[in-house]
Amino acid sequence: MRMPLSAAIGLFFTALYFGAAIFAGWIAPYGMAEIVGDSWEPWSMAHPLGTDTIGRDLLSRMIWGGQTTIFVAAAATILSFSLGSILGFLAAVKGGWIDQFLSRTVDLMMSIPSLIAALVVLSVMPVTMPVLIVVMGLLDATRVFRLSRAVAVDITVMDYVEAARLRGEKQVWIIFREILPNALSPLVAEMGLRFIFAVLFISTLSFLGLGVQPPLADWGGIVKENKEGIVYGIPAALIPAFAIATLAISVNLVADWVLNRTTSLKGGRG
Amino acid sequence: MHPVITLVAQRLALGLLLLLAASVLIFIGTQILPGDVAQSILGQGATPETLANLREELGLNEPAVTRYFNWLFATLQGDLGTALTNGQDIASSMGKRLGNTLFLASVAAIIAVPLAILLGLIAVRYQGRWPDRVISTVTLATVSVPEFLLGYIAIYFLSVKFRVFPSLATVYDGMSLGDKLYAISMPVVVLVLVVLGHMMRMTRAAILNVMQSAYVETAELKGLRKFTIIARHAFPNAIAPVVNVVMLNLAYLVVGVVVVEVVFVYPGMGQYLVDHVSKRDVPVVQACGLVFAAVYIGLNLVADIVAILANPRLRHPK
Repeated sequence: MRMPLSAAIGLFFTALYFGAAIFAGWIAPYGMAEIVGDSWEPWSMAHPLGTDTIGRDLLSRMIWGGQTTIFVAAAATILSFSLGSILGFLAAVKGGWIDQFLSRTVDLMMSIPSLIAALVVLSVMPVTMPVLIVVMGLLDATRVFRLSRAVAVDITVMDYVEAARLRGEKQVWIIFREILPNALSPLVAEMGLRFIFAVLFISTLSFLGLGVQPPLADWGGIVKENKEGIVYGIPAALIPAFAIATLAISVNLVADWVLNRTTSLKGGRG
Repeated sequence: MHPVITLVAQRLALGLLLLLAASVLIFIGTQILPGDVAQSILGQGATPETLANLREELGLNEPAVTRYFNWLFATLQGDLGTALTNGQDIASSMGKRLGNTLFLASVAAIIAVPLAILLGLIAVRYQGRWPDRVISTVTLATVSVPEFLLGYIAIYFLSVKFRVFPSLATVYDGMSLGDKLYAISMPVVVLVLVVLGHMMRMTRAAILNVMQSAYVETAELKGLRKFTIIARHAFPNAIAPVVNVVMLNLAYLVVGVVVVEVVFVYPGMGQYLVDHVSKRDVPVVQACGLVFAAVYIGLNLVADIVAILANPRLRHPK
């Protein structure tokens, strides 16, 4: 099947951002905290995106910042997916009080908005990168749990799962060999959306001064550092907006395509 | 007793229980985490004496369960304690800010809800054609940008380039309603954009779902106009999901307010919370967290109850 144009564009930009994040050390023209000019220089050949509030090259800051943002978001997504999906499958396979306990705990955690919960926890925890990743991953795992439990409940009643049970397979086999492969496509599509959510979340926290701490750069922090310039008509703080929006849209396009492609395999919409 | 009343009473009881559990969670979140609260408030340079004093002041020498119940009962009596940083009474400093926040959020909701439903209806009416595409693309773009960036984009274009609206939302006592509305115009624009996308997309999906049912096909075969079908046949049956969508987004609005208030320096609850998180003022953070959780749970509860009331099978039992 041919890839639709929108998915190809999405895939291209997603790859571009991830590539820039991975190879930041090679492609960034200047160092992360290197002061190379006056504050808020306009766009020029030497500084394609100008300089920031204390004269650091903004393009380099954006590339280094992208590395931090994408790394934190990806790590949180991986954590939330491993935790959420395994617990979700377990709840669906085991049922009974394990299911009740896990589901009610998740209901409870979701009764507090994520941002508020994160702020409450970060008011006493030291704000370091591992803490941020764990807090974001745990809060997001609740959403993954709901989805993977819902998907797995439908699968556990299938004949092949019944057959595996009758063969005497263990729970671990049923979860990883019977349910996981069949639940993979909706989970992968969801993963894209959760990743974007994590990018927005870490950017918001950094903007509020409670995320990635200086001198490390990240996209939310770049907005925070350059927000005073806006009033004088200097658009430096808007560049991360562009980066976050294009990354979000391209990952969304890829996720849509994955979801469409897998539903059409089952004879659904084309 | 009428089964609807029983169901609603059950939901209310469940909501209260959830709020109680949420208060436990907020308390655990700030108190029993690894590390000592007093230590993390004072940082590395704390002397043993100041640490001991702060522990005494926070009541940290008592067991956690006792502290929780003390806090809970005081909160139930309207005593939220005093802020660590300035020693002011939390309840009184929160009162006016809560009013400001609710004012901002309700103005945004009054604009966003009808607009989102209307756009959703239009998108369904012209499904797959250009009005649908335009609405869907624009809302996807607004959903993909975090609130604070939307705020700065709005400031850059509306306040700095075209000078339509003020860039800071300063409100104070004695302002007339018109002045207040003008002052908060920018945060309102941003909040509307933030929730509009979600609300419109979910409304569209809810109505499209109903459009696939047999009675809509019958209406189509009767030769009714497309808009009549949507307005008369599809929309009433989509009310429960649409109200659900609206309530979820209002709950989302309550959170979005936190960030937007910081951007526009608006004296509301959100700014109060964020300020005191960075100052590690635990009592204020707990109180704010509880208020936000209560509003959030309350709105979700209303959504549940409206869904029950909108279901004719529950209203008229056999």
